[in-house]
Amino acid sequence: MTAIRCSQLNKTFTQGDQIICGLDDVSIDIEEGSFVCLSGPSGSGKTTLLNAMGGLDKPDSGEIQVGDKRVDLLGKSDLADMRLHSIGFVFQAYNLIPVLTARENIEFVMQIQGVPTAQRRDKAIAMLEEVGLADHEDRLPSQLSGGQQQRVAVARAIVSGPTLVLADEPTANLDSTSATQLIELFVSLNRERGITFVIATHDTRVMAYCPRLIRMEDGKIISDEERTGKSGELQPQPS
Amino acid sequence: MADHQPAAGILFTLAWRNLWRNHRRTLIMLIAIVIGVWAMILFSSLMAGMVDEMVRGGLRTLPGEVQIHHPDYRDDPSIANSIDAPQGALLERLNNPPVTGWAARIKVPAMISSERANRGIQLLGVDPAQEVSLGFDPTNIVEGRFLEGPDDKGLVIGRKLAERLETRLGKRVVIMSQDPDNNVADRGIRVVGIYQARLQATEELNVYGGLETLQKMLNVDNQVSEIAITGDDFRQVASWWPQIQQATGPELETVPWMELDGYLESMMKMQTSFNVIITVVIFLTLSFGLVNTLVMAVFERVREIGLMMALGMRPGWIMYQVLLESIILLGLGLLLGNLLAVATILPLEDGIDISALAKGLEMAGMGSTLYPSLRLSDMVLSTVVVLVLGLLASLLPAWRASRYNPIQALART
Repeated sequence: MTAIRCSQLNKTFTQGDQIICGLDDVSIDIEEGSFVCLSGPSGSGKTTLLNAMGGLDKPDSGEIQVGDKRVDLLGKSDLADMRLHSIGFVFQAYNLIPVLTARENIEFVMQIQGVPTAQRRDKAIAMLEEVGLADHEDRLPSQLSGGQQQRVAVARAIVSGPTLVLADEPTANLDSTSATQLIELFVSLNRERGITFVIATHDTRVMAYCPRLIRMEDGKIISDEERTGKSGELQPQPS
Repeated sequence: MADHQPAAGILFTLAWRNLWRNHRRTLIMLIAIVIGVWAMILFSSLMAGMVDEMVRGGLRTLPGEVQIHHPDYRDDPSIANSIDAPQGALLERLNNPPVTGWAARIKVPAMISSERANRGIQLLGVDPAQEVSLGFDPTNIVEGRFLEGPDDKGLVIGRKLAERLETRLGKRVVIMSQDPDNNVADRGIRVVGIYQARLQATEELNVYGGLETLQKMLNVDNQVSEIAITGDDFRQVASWWPQIQQATGPELETVPWMELDGYLESMMKMQTSFNVIITVVIFLTLSFGLVNTLVMAVFERVREIGLMMALGMRPGWIMYQVLLESIILLGLGLLLGNLLAVATILPLEDGIDISALAKGLEMAGMGSTLYPSLRLSDMVLSTVVVLVLGLLASLLPAWRASRYNPIQALART
């Protein structure tokens, strides 16, 4: 089944007197349970495409369907609800709320979903164990390393059982070891839970894990490369 | 899409912890609110105490909170316009709550002469026990004694009047007025007591004699000029004076103090208006600080707001969260401000010596001691003003926070 369908997406930005093309007639289908990388240089449109898929930004024209919902037609509150219930986000940095502990950051999404206290606490602790941070639950983000923060962010992204996780440069601020641990966490979640991952990155370490690699430039898709094998079955290698 | 409300707990947790991220700024704002609230209540208490004193002073001079007269008495306060002493249904009404005291008295204009001078006065024929129940304080007698009964043959005059007449205790003075047939009625009476009053004007004006003694002098039989009545609280008189009016009947005039002295009533209204104006002005000044605190607090965490929106927090909830920060700050400020007001004003209710200003204030009917009056209504007023204006002032930063575009907010450096 198709998890995301984008048809003829166009998006421009104005910067001073210049009009910059963010997306130029982009059309792609992403199947459920797939593990996809969007790659390309800065300004190629990968983050713009990711934001459009997640309902964070609206295209000027074109259609986006996530599951059975037409994202481009939803209002602000419905988009917020869709992000809350169906999509997990992992951003490059500033991923956690600084005044909440690791556990509270994971509970945050469930709290705004209205999940009862005991249930969300148990789930948050279980998620921390799953991402290998069981003994860090009461630490504030400032007391965690960059890699640990990103793992908490991943735990938060998947705690409410979304079918889709959108990650924007998740390894950009991480050292090599943390980046590898994070991408392997993505891979295991993709394989074990069937969560669809779409990752915008120009990190070759991440791309090496991806069965499907979509390259973008100047807002256009310039290649859409399918590699045989599931995520994790591929050997990390330079692209 | 299923509708849902976030647990209030997370909004409160975020609001509370965000407030204390910059604890110095929050503490400064909190202290400003506490002082502002305290100042509002202190000002209201001082104003209320001042106006209460003016009204009470006025009522002591009238005296009484309600008066019953002959319909023509206020135009011509002569003995011809006298009424019967209370009896029947009226007497029954006067001897029961909410009435706490009443006095039937002769009150006519008269002349008083000593061997050296004479003055125009207000001659009061009283039953001393009734006057005491109405508020006359026998300890105000500075020389001699107060009257001992309605048949007392002596006269009690004010200290200032004694000075003017160049007379003293034990001296005989002549009282002269008119009887109901406009014949001169006069009598020589010995001064048996000298009283002091808060106002010199009162000491010069009011001269007390026995009710029965003056009735005989003025040739009236069980007739009085007025019946003065008092209750527990002059502010509540509107609720019970119509009962008195009903008991007196239409042939007599029953008048509450607000009608007897429009100046006193306007003072009370003016005090209420001043309270509202001062409260609003103080808080408008404070609100600039509050808005600045919230604007800075929001500006410093634009990225977080973008993140929360990206995670599915609706714009409305972002707005609630910022408003909640404001409510917590205002609530703390109100609580501490009210506690500070209670702690500082209650001990002052025994009176503040303002004798340095008293000469000027006497003109306005005030004595040399100001009694601040801490009232629940003033505390409620300041609380409502602070909360309502505070929330209004917070709406702009809260609304701005909720309008952020998550992408632009996340991209903020």
